[in-house]
Amino acid sequence: MVVSCEQVWREISNYLDGEVSPELRALMEAHFRECKHCTAVLDGTKNIVHLYADDRLVELPAGFSARWQKRLAESMPSPRGTVYGWLIAVAALALLSGSFALARFDSSPLAALRSYHSEPGVGVPPEMMVEIATDGKTFHVPGCKYLHKHEHEAEGEVRLVAAAEAIREGYVPCVRCLRQYLSR
Amino acid sequence: MLRRITVVERTADAGNESESSLIARICKGESSLFATLVKPYERRVYVTALALLRNDADAQDVAQEAILKAFANLRQFRGESKFSTWLIQITVNEARMRQRKQHAQLFEPLVESNDEEEGTYTPRDFADWREIPSEALERSEIRTLLAKALASLAQKYREVFILRDVEHMSIEEAAEALNISIASVKTRLLRARLMLRDILAPDLANGWFSRAPFGKGSKPW
Repeated sequence: MVVSCEQVWREISNYLDGEVSPELRALMEAHFRECKHCTAVLDGTKNIVHLYADDRLVELPAGFSARWQKRLAESMPSPRGTVYGWLIAVAALALLSGSFALARFDSSPLAALRSYHSEPGVGVPPEMMVEIATDGKTFHVPGCKYLHKHEHEAEGEVRLVAAAEAIREGYVPCVRCLRQYLSR
Repeated sequence: MLRRITVVERTADAGNESESSLIARICKGESSLFATLVKPYERRVYVTALALLRNDADAQDVAQEAILKAFANLRQFRGESKFSTWLIQITVNEARMRQRKQHAQLFEPLVESNDEEEGTYTPRDFADWREIPSEALERSEIRTLLAKALASLAQKYREVFILRDVEHMSIEEAAEALNISIASVKTRLLRARLMLRDILAPDLANGWFSRAPFGKGSKPW
């Protein structure tokens, strides 16, 4: 039994997706060995699937993540006015008084931003590991070439820390390697 | 058979259990976790919206609307399908609503197939293709070519192709997200792939992509 070119074209997509029976697959493979036209169609279609599967074809616009997260946060119901809201407010007050008490022992629970020209990141995953330089202002994806290092510092003074810690120390996201976490 | 498992799929599969517990926690009031739930799929949401609307500003807006709508309706998600499929279904619906508002059908693409879906699509070009290295995508003219070719397909082919071949959803997931039958997904996917091949063959099959970068006066257009 043989298959015609028309039958091959009808099934070529299913063939690529592994959605044809073993019998039809064997028949199609026999056909491809004999038919240059159908082989050309198969190779071209494979190329199409291969090229379009690449993530580089469409890039997320810069700031897209930050923008939807900001809108989402704005759309979330405010606890104000509800019983839970009052409970949260009381809890917050307790926390605040607690933090004042703690402040006597720790004078800098959250450092000011190290860069006055930058802005804090939005939606940075707190557990993401980032690199910071002791004398730098920004945190980076490990290996980012824009990580600021002073040449005279032989030790490098570069630390790998969780993003939450970097933020706590006043570092802001690198505008190049972590631009998706900047709101603009 | 082409085996295409993406990072997103692997993450989603491995994280299904934690995903359902995340959803339960969000429904119980931990709203701030919703961003964590959606983050792995944000690209898929944007790309789907872009594929349907073919305009970055509209796509970003619709993607945001879809995410907000998913948050507002999360309690209605029953877990019968994957969360990602449900999210894409919302995105597709939002994009279609936006198109209706804009009367986008007046501007439907130029390349329409005259054949009925059930009929056989006859390839027009039988040029022999060499394997195109993925490095070709480093070149912006290649990316532009591919994007233009995709944008020229009729919407019913474009949306199936995007979900299946760009965003790597399974045939079943694509059918569910688009609210069409599995058979329709397969037929439209076949046509989309063959039409794209025909559209791109004159530029890609002759291997000009692998030649040296174009100098002055040597552009092929």
